Amino acid sequence: MTRPSRMLAYGAAALLTLFMLLPIYLIVLAAFSSRAAIFDYPRPLLPGGVSLDSMSYFLRSYGVVPALGRSLAVGGLTVVLSLLLGCPAGYAIARYTFPGRDLAQLLLVNVRAFPLAVLAIPLLVTFIEWHLYDTVLSVAFVHTAMSLPFTVLLSASVFMRVPVELEEAAMVMGTSKLGAVVRVVLPNSIPGLAAAALFAFVLSWNEVFAAAVLTQQSTTLPAQLVQALSNSPLPFKYAGGLALTLPAFIFIFFMRPFLFNAFRGVAGAR
Amino acid sequence: MAEIRVEGVSKSYLGVQALDDISLTIQDREFMVLLGPSGCGKTTLLRAIAGFETPDVGTISIGDRDMRGVPPGKRGIAMVFQSYALFPHLRVAGNIAFGLRMHRVPAGEVAERVEKAARLMQIERLVDRYPSQLSGGQRQRVAVARALVMEPQVILMDEPLSNLDALLRLQMRAELKRLLADVDTTTVYVTHDQVEALSMGDRTAVMRDGRILQIDTPLAVYDRPADTFVAQFIGNPPMNVLRARMAEEGVELEGHRLPLAEADGRRPGEEVEVGIRAENIEVLLDREAGALEAEVSVIEPLGSHLLLTLQLGAQALKATTRIDFSVQRDQRVYLRFQPQHLRLLGTGWSGGGDSNSRSPAPKAGALPG
Repeated sequence: MTRPSRMLAYGAAALLTLFMLLPIYLIVLAAFSSRAAIFDYPRPLLPGGVSLDSMSYFLRSYGVVPALGRSLAVGGLTVVLSLLLGCPAGYAIARYTFPGRDLAQLLLVNVRAFPLAVLAIPLLVTFIEWHLYDTVLSVAFVHTAMSLPFTVLLSASVFMRVPVELEEAAMVMGTSKLGAVVRVVLPNSIPGLAAAALFAFVLSWNEVFAAAVLTQQSTTLPAQLVQALSNSPLPFKYAGGLALTLPAFIFIFFMRPFLFNAFRGVAGAR
Repeated sequence: MAEIRVEGVSKSYLGVQALDDISLTIQDREFMVLLGPSGCGKTTLLRAIAGFETPDVGTISIGDRDMRGVPPGKRGIAMVFQSYALFPHLRVAGNIAFGLRMHRVPAGEVAERVEKAARLMQIERLVDRYPSQLSGGQRQRVAVARALVMEPQVILMDEPLSNLDALLRLQMRAELKRLLADVDTTTVYVTHDQVEALSMGDRTAVMRDGRILQIDTPLAVYDRPADTFVAQFIGNPPMNVLRARMAEEGVELEGHRLPLAEADGRRPGEEVEVGIRAENIEVLLDREAGALEAEVSVIEPLGSHLLLTLQLGAQALKATTRIDFSVQRDQRVYLRFQPQHLRLLGTGWSGGGDSNSRSPAPKAGALPG
């Protein structure tokens, strides 16, 4: 890249980053301000004094901490389930031509077009019959269903990028078909699968509708907050907003190394 | 003992015959080259021996053991892939050790054998690197080390040198030949490069359209090709193939009578193709009895010799001469053909070998590799 065009690229990146970070910064700022400072106008852009009042008030509110735990549990379950179900399906699409393969791919995408609201009542009835209503598991099931199309298609594209010869080489050296997948294909698919896991987690974390409909007592944090935020004091809203964004950030932070090449030059080693 | 016996193997994909009734016996410790243009079925045959393809009919046995239903990992084989297929997530040492670990070889022995294989391939300094940190030639060495470390009965190689640049390929060709001569394995080597086939193999099987046209020693395949296709596929330049007509004694070529060393039961008047290698044509500057008049149309100095393209009547042919042969473009020259160098093509000239030569049946459709 020439120098001016590089400057331009960095400038654009900086602007984009600012655009994404500014609201988050403001929320963080407000969440750690004292109650009085929150109502200041115009809003100061630099932190005045750090105060943990809002956060401790939020965390001590009834049901917040258990809801946070349930949200993490639902997110974790969704990641595990969608990878367990999605990867084999993605592998089949990547490696085999079978009757109905194209149709299957098309239908997968269409799942996302199906409004969840239509599904909610039948699901509710089914989960009540299965005694799953108002459980973490029921929400995780729905979130898995929502994230599966993406997991399947993404893992398929990831597996397609792993040359078949790698599997064959492993099989010549004594692994079974499954062994070749586990020992060679999966380790070389980590970045892509990490992205799929990330997507599933963030989707689950942000999903409110199904979580709100399918639970009563054991609801997830976002679903609980959506109901509570509108009639809460301002400090609670800021602290709640931070609580909603933070875990996704932490998750992304830990997944980040896997999103890029987990070991140097995976792509280059063909 | 690892004799590979292929009997009556056929395989078709989507109506295309990839292997058409192949029978072939590769002796213990033999270096067999499968040679042919892309789509001839050579890679399919290799993959059938490896166990990645199941023949529609026919049997494959390795060391007297029928391989039907035996997975690749239990066939006592090792394979070197065209793309090397090194595992990107493992270091060189991990790559070489992979097969031993899969076979539950004790850790101490693994380390020992990996080190030995690395030393053999002169990659000891690279064992801690990832494949992406290696050059093409180094990757090639790792791939070979990974095969040799298994001490397999059979090594299968699928165009192992085709991704190397010309100079490196030349070096590796000689090195591979030396290495494989030192180990007690049967080697099946797939290539489309006739030079590799000639220089490396004990025997060469020339394939086309899923069939074996000729199996013989490289020299015999070069000197006595089974048919026109083999004649023109092997050798650089390819063998000259000239249209001629059978005569009472010998053949008639562009109005000249040429004696043949071996009569072949063809009737006088029959149209035939006569093959002769460029280096077996004697080019003379002066008219001589029995020499055919021709005109020089192109002169290509190739360092060690001159390559002449000549016009003989209506037909073009190539001949080589010494580099200091003084000749001009458009000059008339006189060609002398020795009877023992003339080949009647497509009439069962192939020497030994355990498969019948067949004349090529032109077919539409080609398969990869």
